[in-house]
Amino acid sequence: MTTLGILLVLVLLLVVFGLLFRLQILTSIFSGSSTREVGVSNRVNAILFIIFLVVGGAAFAWSFVDNYDKMNPPIASVHGHATERMFWTTMIILGIVFTLTQILLFVYSYKYQHKEGRRAFFFPHNNKIEVIWTLIPAIVMAGLVFAGWKEWTRITGPAPKDAVVVEVMGKQFNWLVRYPGRDQKLGVVNYRLIDATNEFGFDLSDQNGIDDFVAPEIHVPKGHPVLLKIRSRDVLHAVYMPHFRVQMYAVPGMPTKFWFTPTMTTDEMRAQTGNPKFTYELACNQICGRGHFAMKLNIVVDEPDDYVAWFAQQKSFSAQNPDVLASFKQKSNKLVEKATTPAAAAVVPATAKASL
Amino acid sequence: MAANLPTQAQVQGGAGVTEPGISHDEHAHHDEHHEQSFLQKYIFSTDHKVIAKQFLITGIIWAIIGGTLSSLFRLQLGWPESTFEWLSPFLGKWIEAGKLNPEFYLALVTMHGTIMVFFVLTAGLSGTFSNFLIPLQIGARDMASGFMNMLSYWFFFASSVVMFVSLFLETGPASAGWTIYPPLSALPQAIPGSGAGQTFWLVSMALFIVSQLLGGVNYITTVINLRTQGMSMSKLPLTIWAFFLTAILGLLSFPVLFSAALLLIFDRSFGTSFFLSDIYIAGQALPNTGGSPILFQHLFWFLGHPEVYIVIMPAMGMVSEILATNARKPIFGYRAMIGSLLGISLLSFIVWAHHMFVTGMNPFLGSVFMFLTLIIAVPSAVKTFNWLATLWRGNIRFTSAMLFSIGFVSLFIAGGLTGIVLGNAALDIQMHNTYFVVAHFHLVMGSSAFFGLFAGVYHWFPKMFGRMLDEKLGYVHFWLTFLGVYLVFLPMHYVGIAGFPRRYYAWTGFDSFSQFADLNKFISAAAIIAFFAQFVFIFNFFYSIFRGRRATENPWNSTTLEWTTPVVPGHGNWPGAIPAVHRWPYDYSKPGAAEDFIPQHIPYSQTQSSNLPYEKEME
Repeated sequence: MTTLGILLVLVLLLVVFGLLFRLQILTSIFSGSSTREVGVSNRVNAILFIIFLVVGGAAFAWSFVDNYDKMNPPIASVHGHATERMFWTTMIILGIVFTLTQILLFVYSYKYQHKEGRRAFFFPHNNKIEVIWTLIPAIVMAGLVFAGWKEWTRITGPAPKDAVVVEVMGKQFNWLVRYPGRDQKLGVVNYRLIDATNEFGFDLSDQNGIDDFVAPEIHVPKGHPVLLKIRSRDVLHAVYMPHFRVQMYAVPGMPTKFWFTPTMTTDEMRAQTGNPKFTYELACNQICGRGHFAMKLNIVVDEPDDYVAWFAQQKSFSAQNPDVLASFKQKSNKLVEKATTPAAAAVVPATAKASL
Repeated sequence: MAANLPTQAQVQGGAGVTEPGISHDEHAHHDEHHEQSFLQKYIFSTDHKVIAKQFLITGIIWAIIGGTLSSLFRLQLGWPESTFEWLSPFLGKWIEAGKLNPEFYLALVTMHGTIMVFFVLTAGLSGTFSNFLIPLQIGARDMASGFMNMLSYWFFFASSVVMFVSLFLETGPASAGWTIYPPLSALPQAIPGSGAGQTFWLVSMALFIVSQLLGGVNYITTVINLRTQGMSMSKLPLTIWAFFLTAILGLLSFPVLFSAALLLIFDRSFGTSFFLSDIYIAGQALPNTGGSPILFQHLFWFLGHPEVYIVIMPAMGMVSEILATNARKPIFGYRAMIGSLLGISLLSFIVWAHHMFVTGMNPFLGSVFMFLTLIIAVPSAVKTFNWLATLWRGNIRFTSAMLFSIGFVSLFIAGGLTGIVLGNAALDIQMHNTYFVVAHFHLVMGSSAFFGLFAGVYHWFPKMFGRMLDEKLGYVHFWLTFLGVYLVFLPMHYVGIAGFPRRYYAWTGFDSFSQFADLNKFISAAAIIAFFAQFVFIFNFFYSIFRGRRATENPWNSTTLEWTTPVVPGHGNWPGAIPAVHRWPYDYSKPGAAEDFIPQHIPYSQTQSSNLPYEKEME
């Protein structure tokens, strides 16, 4: 019944609009404004442009200031502070250009609205000013490119040798985390070995993998470079850590990497933001299916000592899953299948090199 | 149909045109064949004007569908906690216990993008106006091949049917994003939309590409070969330059998308591994090795980036034309405008990988593409300054078309500037795939191109249908839309700067993305209102086709050739000889001239009082 009522109201509204529309046409015919080339509406539109500029500009400025804090979540990496400065410097330059050009656009529209008897100024071109306004953007761009390029090469350059290595693997729809054990070397993994227990596809015939351990969340030490090794085992995902200004795709068949240095521990951040529940989060930022929007991993930044303590407590995957380890021991005893594993092992570093 | 073909074949040489005898003969011959059946005249027509209208109306229908889809997912984003039981009569099983299915949400996003980019802003915009304006503005009786032109529309129609049907598939339409990155788009195990839905998508796009190529070859050939006498390339209206270069871009880039689609079809159906490698999914390790998902992205964006210029350049051309006409001033820096179009066209082919800075591509490549990308800002800036200079000291009439053109410039600036942030690889690390990107491209290519489309429709409607669109409704439409676009996309930048990822069904699971619930409601409300405002235009459009005020031959006192045709030009465009062209298209408000415009076909000998010194020789 209410649906019917709503529909009826809508139909009646449409009828009213239709009648108003006809009325408007008829009055404009009677008043003769339909035959005039440039009527009152020209002036109205010109004034509306000025109102739009002033009111719209003010509303924009107000809403920007009002939301400024919300759009600037805290930053906790060394390069993040640098790119943040560059971002807002760029935005200020763009803001100036935006304001000037929009003011010119709307003020010209108002000022040079049609006036009876006036003729537009025949001004087809002027090489001098055209050269000037080609060169100025070119110079500004050159500056921005140079600054961006310098920062980009620094960020994407090789990670320091002593960086803490963490591997993140994306899958539908969660993240898996792996650390090299004490030997600081990640063991070989092979996607064909993946099953419900061996989610990473550990190839435990590789000695480097014996002490590798998996973790439910990422732990990294404050003030120390961290090298994220990133892979995916099904579709594309992307590691996105907004507080650290880190983003890199997880690509099946092509390991990727990103390194950064965290500057604040989780506890420090909790104190600073006044939010006792503050957590650094890792989000998936490449469409990957049904659970894309819920593919979250927590990151904990520890004081270096706490990190070492946490690291020491972890039990390796092979120790936690003796069955898996045993199955590999059996295989290597058979010796025959040797050929396949080194081949697979060789493939991974080769593709890694190609991509990075 | 074949009978119609000789029409333009005979007229094409400029020399033939100026001899009235030949043209009149030809015209008589033409009329004989004009007793066409309804089917020939309106359905399987080879007349470029009818084909243009077909593209336009199909485009409008697609725009309504695409807009509806966006309203649906904006409902979800604005009110993620609400139930949408009331939508289940329309969406059926995609509403599960009052909640929108997350996979269907992705399908909505995917189809909205696909429809808007390809079906509305490529086919609907460039298909309509390239077809309508190229012959009329260069002085040709029709396209070089009317038959191919007709095929171009019907391939588009077939592609539309396939895409439309895919919306109703059991497993849903394609859901891997409009960029259809594999492996997600290749594996039905990963998302159900990658089953039949993705197959339909690929088939539809293959047909679409055929349509684009047939159209493009025709536009290029027509512009090169069928210009009337005197219409040198340096006398072409900027619209034609824009359509011409757009067609070249399409011709060179669409085949690459075709190859990407073909390889993807191979991977999906024939077990190849172009884009697939090392995949374990749904409890099974796939046999594919050695493929690269990044290769697909290179192929896709090799089209995808020129594509955004395919969308925006026709709008730029039409806006230049409309600004000049209604400011009653020559376009400022005509040659610089052509030069910047050429620059943009060339550069658009070598910037594609700026979509891929953080895909794991070699960072050195990232540096190169950052450099090339930021260069493209220069010709864009030149265009903007030239538009502003065109308004300066003009005598502006605010027709609906003019309002939308000014709106175009405003939105192009607003959206274009943030491209400088995104083109900077170091800043893109944070901004990539956030709502900052969404806001950026919706302003600079989405809304701007739509404004160009609207401007074009308001401006050339009289020549299309012989009637005027209602101006008052046009004003209402413009102000609601202009306001709506800014209310939607300016706040969206805030959401993006905060790092909200795109293609998220809800952000409620993350503490990092929880601060903008109210703003997202606001954006959704504004988007839905702006969408409904479009029905003002749709009413105006269809009402005015039948009941609008009758137009005159040249209602805007414009200089270009299309306004020398009868109110409703027939097949062949000019009843008599095609006028020859003597001057550039922007002689507005020339000092000493009797009127404030001198059409292109008026010889200098008739305008001695206004000729400039170097024009005296041509009298």
